Amino acid sequence: MHIPDKPTLHPAKDPHTELADHHAVDKLNHGDAHGHDHGAGHASVKDYLIGFSLSVILTAIPFVLTMLKLMPASTLVPVILILGVIQIVVHLRYFLHMNSSSSQVWNNLAFIFTAIIVGILIIGSLWVMTHLNHNMAPGMMSGGGLG
Amino acid sequence: MSSTPVNPAENPVGAFKDQLKSAYDHNPNEAHDTHDHHHQDEEAKVTLGFWIYLMSDCLIFATLFATFAVLKDATAGGPNGRELFDLGFVAIETSLLLLSSLTFGLSMISMQNNKLNGVLGWLAVTGLLGLGFMGMEIYEFNHLIHEGAGPDRSAFLSAFFTLVGTHGLHVTSGLIWMGVMFVHLFRRGITPANRIRMMELSLFWHFLDIIWIGVFSIVYLMGAA
Repeated sequence: MHIPDKPTLHPAKDPHTELADHHAVDKLNHGDAHGHDHGAGHASVKDYLIGFSLSVILTAIPFVLTMLKLMPASTLVPVILILGVIQIVVHLRYFLHMNSSSSQVWNNLAFIFTAIIVGILIIGSLWVMTHLNHNMAPGMMSGGGLG
Repeated sequence: MSSTPVNPAENPVGAFKDQLKSAYDHNPNEAHDTHDHHHQDEEAKVTLGFWIYLMSDCLIFATLFATFAVLKDATAGGPNGRELFDLGFVAIETSLLLLSSLTFGLSMISMQNNKLNGVLGWLAVTGLLGLGFMGMEIYEFNHLIHEGAGPDRSAFLSAFFTLVGTHGLHVTSGLIWMGVMFVHLFRRGITPANRIRMMELSLFWHFLDIIWIGVFSIVYLMGAA
């Protein structure tokens, strides 16, 4: 998939000839280390089956706990959240093939940045809005705050 | 390339497009090993760009999740989640989406093994599972609106419809993309360009499944807990 740097208007010219040189340099720099672990998308059937089985378990537990009302809400809510976070990690690892290899460093940086912003956004909103409800004048609190 | 080359003297733009196309969409089986290596570098670059799009999409969902979390008790005297949601129904929706993540994975494996029929077959199964999911979601929305629990009933329901509906819109776009992908694959087979398209579509589809984990945990399960 080589797009020439300087577009020349000669369709007869084979765009791949100049590629060979570029590749020779590339090979000197990297050897053959690229192999299979090259960013997202390359995986094995085993990976998908492990990911799928773990996800089924991690989904079934909170559904069963909630549907059969096996524990009080105060313990159930943290359990649901923790299992959800674990399942997200499972998906990232086995379906989106995130790992700590050097070829993924930019993907991982973007992800960490996003995770921080998402955390600030959600926790921050909840924090600010609960305080707002608490500090509201009495009589305006009925219906659970913003109702 | 099946089409005849455009004469550059008559049509320089067409000739350039032709050249780009032949560089971008040639059949990998004709290429020798050195090109595959280069494609991988290109693939890594393109998928990083798509990854950054997904991360920004994540922020949209984070905003909607935050809105829902703040408004989940603001029912304005209307029904709450415990009264409205049928967890058995949601469990089936969840399994459809989870299963579709697996079948998309199998489609990607077929692509790695250069088996076009496998790619198309698993992609079709993925699409059907996705359609099933959307059918159930549309049924649920319709049912809620007929019960008088539409998005105009309370802030809680507005936030619910916005969050779950945005996810549904994404799934719908994924399904349309799958249809387009079918045309690409039928016309050209497993080319480097189609490989990249499939990689992006798979990232998108798995990403939607991750968002759904948040939806069933925070909206449905915590709503019923």
